[in-house]
Amino acid sequence: MSKKHHVTATINGDEIEFLCEPRQSLLEVLRDVLFLTGTKEGCNDGNCGACNVTVDGVLVNACCMLAVEVNGKALETIEGMARNGALHPLQASFLEETGLQCGICTPGFLISSRALLEQHPTPSEEQIRHWLAGNLCRCTGYDRIINAVLKAARKMAKGNDRDRSA
Amino acid sequence: MTDQLKHKLGVVGTTPIRPDGLEKVTGRAVFADDIHLPRMLHGKVLRSPHAHAKIESIDTRKATALPGVYAVITAADFPEPATAIESLGEGGMVDIKDLADNCIAKKKVFYDGHAVAAVAADNPHIAEHAAGLISVDYEVLEPVMDVKSAMADTAPAIHENFTPGSFFAPTEKAGPNAGRVEFWDGDIDKGFSDAAVIVENEFTTQAVHQGYIESHVTTVMWDSDDRITVWTSSQGHFGIRDQLAGILDIPLSNINIIPLEVGGAFGGKDSVYLDPLAAMLSKKSGRPVKMAMSRNEVLRATGPSSGTHMKVRMGADDKGMLLAADISFAYEAGAFPGGPVAAGILTATTRYNIPNYRLEGFDVILNKPRIKPYRAPGATQSHFAVETVMDELAEKLGMDPIEIRLKNAMKTGDRLVLGFPCPAIGGIELLKAVKNHPHYRAPLDGEKQGRGLAYGFWYGGGGVSSAELSVNADGTVQVCTGSCDLSGTRMTLGMQTAEALGIDVSDVLVKTGDTQSIGYTLPAWGSRTTFATGIACITVAEKVIAKMIERAAAIWAVDIENVSFDSGVFSNGSDPDHSFTFRELAVKNEATGGAISAQATVSPQGVGFQLAAYLVDVEVDTRTGKVTVLRSTLFQDVGKAVHPDYVSGQMQGGVVQGLGWALNEEYVYADDGTLANTTFLDYRMPTALDLPMTETVILETPNPGHPYGVRGAGEASILNPPAAVANAIYDAVGIRMKSLPMSPRAVLEKLLEYGAADL
Repeated sequence: MSKKHHVTATINGDEIEFLCEPRQSLLEVLRDVLFLTGTKEGCNDGNCGACNVTVDGVLVNACCMLAVEVNGKALETIEGMARNGALHPLQASFLEETGLQCGICTPGFLISSRALLEQHPTPSEEQIRHWLAGNLCRCTGYDRIINAVLKAARKMAKGNDRDRSA
Repeated sequence: MTDQLKHKLGVVGTTPIRPDGLEKVTGRAVFADDIHLPRMLHGKVLRSPHAHAKIESIDTRKATALPGVYAVITAADFPEPATAIESLGEGGMVDIKDLADNCIAKKKVFYDGHAVAAVAADNPHIAEHAAGLISVDYEVLEPVMDVKSAMADTAPAIHENFTPGSFFAPTEKAGPNAGRVEFWDGDIDKGFSDAAVIVENEFTTQAVHQGYIESHVTTVMWDSDDRITVWTSSQGHFGIRDQLAGILDIPLSNINIIPLEVGGAFGGKDSVYLDPLAAMLSKKSGRPVKMAMSRNEVLRATGPSSGTHMKVRMGADDKGMLLAADISFAYEAGAFPGGPVAAGILTATTRYNIPNYRLEGFDVILNKPRIKPYRAPGATQSHFAVETVMDELAEKLGMDPIEIRLKNAMKTGDRLVLGFPCPAIGGIELLKAVKNHPHYRAPLDGEKQGRGLAYGFWYGGGGVSSAELSVNADGTVQVCTGSCDLSGTRMTLGMQTAEALGIDVSDVLVKTGDTQSIGYTLPAWGSRTTFATGIACITVAEKVIAKMIERAAAIWAVDIENVSFDSGVFSNGSDPDHSFTFRELAVKNEATGGAISAQATVSPQGVGFQLAAYLVDVEVDTRTGKVTVLRSTLFQDVGKAVHPDYVSGQMQGGVVQGLGWALNEEYVYADDGTLANTTFLDYRMPTALDLPMTETVILETPNPGHPYGVRGAGEASILNPPAAVANAIYDAVGIRMKSLPMSPRAVLEKLLEYGAADL
């Protein structure tokens, strides 16, 4: 058996240390070592996006990254998306627009959508569809997810306007 | 307005936010794979690399000796099941022997991916390694991979013996690998001889998977006193319990199935796969065992809906009245009998009045995974065939596709194929809604664009559901039901309860009970939960109201006849100053005789049939064969939309599944019978980028079988997209697609055949 590696990383702002085998994916360590089970497994081969997290701000499929690779890096998972008891505008919009049914793909869509809005704060429907093409949902047919992202973008743009004028 | 709706609805028809939503957007919702128990082991399955083979011997010694391995099992570890037949509800009657054999192969493997052995170890990596150390000697047999060759008299018999069976109807044996079922009425020969136009065609479709994003995951603890606890992803935990008890030969009451959030099911999660294996590994190791399928395993060993070969002949008079239909459908059953062909033929023409018909179905065993229900099981295939033929008939008659359907549409009271009169149904209204919708008349711009229509029918289901309602001392209530929540039904059940009690939906908590805590309830299939479990909730609410009327009567010292209840208010008929809201009276319950609760197990039979029509515009790229969907509108009659946003979401989701079936999805088998596309990259489901928004038009013809008029709403959405897209492709470029999927390759081949390709 391989010797375990010691890894230090920041997850949702908290410094975390863990031991893992070199063969363990980031997804497996998040879920089965750190019990951060909000990040979901849908395919384990990079095709569904259910395990989306960000590593140093870059959107990744956690199933396609080894846990040892995140040493010294900053991760954001679904567990860190609501801050101080307040939902992120995307989370609120997914609820309001019924942007989810079974919910298994939802964390991945939320993390992916947040990464989109960080790069494109006012995306078009086409841009959203293109960006989210790496996230599979089998329940909704996507329409309500797209609407939820559009709504969150509008909310956040208004919030930013207020911030600027303040 | 009908009697049932004279009460003005205050909660039903609104759109509150789902109670499970917050947990799902924050990552806290607990799905089966999120279960971690102390001392838990991880199990892995060794699966057959062959589609058809005899198992000569299995040597597990190396696996057993690997450090970190605690148990290794094969079929030899399981008791010989009785020949008991269990009802799987929509999944039909299942022979427990077949089910056990499907979970872990006994003497033969029947498909690529069939489980042969399983291992429990400290972690999934060791378990997987150990499974690979198990050595199996196979005598490889010729696989039988399509319905035509399986039905040949000379085909090798896949099973020495089998009990023919399918959903809905008994079948008789027909040849070495098939069962046959038939319905008929009138005189089809006369019908065809009177017909002015006849269209005859053959269609084929490939197996497709339900495609739930959450795979099959279970954790099982077998206690030393033979009590078994199961945390599993299922759409019907009582069904899982019954099947597990049958396979393990354990009393039903010894087993507790804990319901969890379900990450998609669509019909594919009403059956055990891993649960008996995890149970046996737990028994052998004395520790809880968790097992999760990879996507490869899900695609190879679970699910799919039938591939088919369908023959349709239909005739009409010169006015477009249908006179005769002769239908012969062969549906894959997979490795064991019990596919959805009866549902396929029974829904093939039901929605039209046809005086003379013959409906023949073959349930065909072959070397593919055991077929499971998929959203309106069997009907999407049959609609593809029949709605295409309807389009051809309309064309030959020079009729508008809506007009021929309007002319023949089944109405309330018309005779159904099964012989009884059709309950209240709004087909004419639905088709008129299509005709009057701007989409139907909108100009197409582009010569390779076309519009297609299809019209669909699905029965849906009723049957047994249980609920228990407890009134809390603060006036809130909690409802426990036996229905797994696949789509927001805790919300729609809570809304119906709130409606019946006249209280705010935020004062109702709904949860799904485990199988030891709530009465028997059929699985969440047939769009039955909001309908049947809804009636269970209304029933317990009415029981609670009756008890609270007694309390109010006692407080006011009047006879109970003097107390009335309407819209959440109890009133004293003898004194207009006396009234209580539900909450005001509920807080007095403890002081007036103690807490109040009620339980009910109901079996409503007044199922409201589901109708949908789908309109689609496409553009065909005649260089590549790619079909692009431009505009998509679904019309569906749901009786009463309890939560219109959820209904609309169901409609959109079903359309997109149907469009995936139409355009991309198929099981692709290599010549040796192994599945070639075992990832989501190759099993190509629609992404957000592939399709436009689907507009939803909800119609509400009340179902008299439900107090608020509810029909099922979950299934009819998937029926029509394949046929409508095929009709739109014909409208665009003049080619008739008669096989699914209508992938770029298939469309280009057909374009080349017609000389219509643009190369």
